[in-house]
Amino acid sequence: MNSFSETEVLSEIKAVEVMEQSNTPPGNTDTELSEEEKREIDSEFSRYEDRASVGLEALRIVQKHRGWVSDESLQAVSDYLEIPPAQLESVATYFQLIFRQPVGREVMLLCKSASCWIMGCSRLQVHIRNRLQIAPGQTSEDGIFTLLETPCLGDCDKAPVMLVGEQVHHNITEKSIDKWIEQKIIQHKTTDADQLPD
Amino acid sequence: MQTNSLTKPLTKNMGPENVATSLDSYRANGGYRGLRKALRMAPADIVTTVKDGGLRGRGGAGFNTGLKWSFVPAGDDAPPVKYLVCNADEMEPGTFKDRLLMERDPHLLIEGMIIAAYAIGAHTAYIFIRGEYHLATARLENAIAEARQQKLLGSNIDGSDFSLEIHLHRSSGNYICGEETALLNALEGKRALPRAKPPFPQVSGLWGKPTVVNNVETLCNIPHLVDLGIDWYKNLGRGEDAGSKIFGVSGRVRNPGAWELPMGTPIRQIIEHHAGGLCDGLKLKGFLPGGGSTDFLGPQHLDLPMDYDTIGKAGSRMGTGTIIVVDDRTCPVGLVLNLSRFFARESCGWCTPCRDGLPWVVQILQRIERGHGLPEDLELLREQAQRMGPGNTFCALAPGAAAPILSGLDLFEQDFIDHIARGCCPYVVEPEVLEAV
Repeated sequence: MNSFSETEVLSEIKAVEVMEQSNTPPGNTDTELSEEEKREIDSEFSRYEDRASVGLEALRIVQKHRGWVSDESLQAVSDYLEIPPAQLESVATYFQLIFRQPVGREVMLLCKSASCWIMGCSRLQVHIRNRLQIAPGQTSEDGIFTLLETPCLGDCDKAPVMLVGEQVHHNITEKSIDKWIEQKIIQHKTTDADQLPD
Repeated sequence: MQTNSLTKPLTKNMGPENVATSLDSYRANGGYRGLRKALRMAPADIVTTVKDGGLRGRGGAGFNTGLKWSFVPAGDDAPPVKYLVCNADEMEPGTFKDRLLMERDPHLLIEGMIIAAYAIGAHTAYIFIRGEYHLATARLENAIAEARQQKLLGSNIDGSDFSLEIHLHRSSGNYICGEETALLNALEGKRALPRAKPPFPQVSGLWGKPTVVNNVETLCNIPHLVDLGIDWYKNLGRGEDAGSKIFGVSGRVRNPGAWELPMGTPIRQIIEHHAGGLCDGLKLKGFLPGGGSTDFLGPQHLDLPMDYDTIGKAGSRMGTGTIIVVDDRTCPVGLVLNLSRFFARESCGWCTPCRDGLPWVVQILQRIERGHGLPEDLELLREQAQRMGPGNTFCALAPGAAAPILSGLDLFEQDFIDHIARGCCPYVVEPEVLEAV
């Protein structure tokens, strides 16, 4: 953890800067929840004994709409649920799938648990680092890929595995990762080009 | 009894990998018959059946399920609100059995939950499922909706006066949520720190109400145990323990996977017959019998039956029953380091031996693996791991983390010594990979 080389530290700083510049989705500075967000949170209340228990669920809902949970978003949820922001923050920072920083459009959960390690996931992490210049916790310069660590993904008979969105990639190799990265780059560049004004 | 020749109650309905059983097909195969029978029994009799059937918790601890239920206050003086929680936060390294059950036969879990809730007198139940299990979540959501539509959930279930709602709670990562009291805090919308015991959840659990937390596979055992009876259930096991179990194997074997087999199936049969033995040219060096927090066992233990007590006597735990195989080209020091890094990262940070001890352990192991280890490191490592042993922390994470370290030091002692004596990892690992791990 504490043995990053200078180049790694520099690339980390660069990656963070890029994330901050390019990756803040519009609307994430809203200190108000949208009507849709409120509706979705409201529908959770009946399932729990009190409002505070909806905290994690509410954070998930806001993250679904805004991509990540900014300070403003956290405050908005805290106001709405009438629980102290510090209490909500203690939940938000605890769970790996709640993002308190902007993430890329493809969040890669590379499983590094025992079975995947035996089957060579470390080599794959090095490959991802060389290919995208990201270590766990970082986002690529183009803002497309974020690499995160994860507890065992529970697909150990098909190791090594990686989860991206709802898609589990089984028996992954350097080659299959490259192929997937290429596809995603093309896909996102095409989508971006389509969204440009005439 | 009609189907007492049934030997695979947990997986009998499973069809091809890409489909889940529908309510109709589940029913056509005898599904919800156990529930119908249960609703005509007194709740206390169900508790006794499950207790006498000898079902032990499949999440890893192996506690008698009926006994666990019997601690919930019952009768007229009992608190009116009680909860049942299904622990579907499967994250133990090397474990992939609950996902299989939820994805392929979700109604078995739901039926088990309705019977369990009826037995303990709960009218609200939660499935606490990890956020990464998207397919299992979708299939359970669908199954709950189907069950509700056919009056198997909601008010007056199947014409009885019993009512139950099942809610799906999607979590957001974190290994420690699998610990039952941490799970309850997470469900209450709090930071998932384990609670002090006592009070035990059966007395004061979710929102302070009596609560039973059971693992997915445990609950999946209930419908057939109630339907076909104690004798049938006990006969499923080959040895001391009752029932069948989903055993799995991962690592460098020819046919990694999971199979429902009798309790007490010899380890050798699971690894060599079902998993096809080790890949060409590899030899078995050791294995973790039931996930990352169990102690390593060696080739001399291959003929032991997979029973809770037998594996316990051999110095390990059956844990989740999913075996991780260590071959002779995998560096055991690297593997212990990998496991320790995992536990260090997943520690909630509440108790000092865990929060501070694990990063120390990781640093020592890293030093040995990279060839900078000192002869005295082995004793230091042992001391540190012993401090994380039972009784020094709120929950079982630290003792679980210590298990592969202490057993690894014993079983793979020569490997540790070689790393230090040669000043490098004797296994074939590229330096860049070694640095990145």
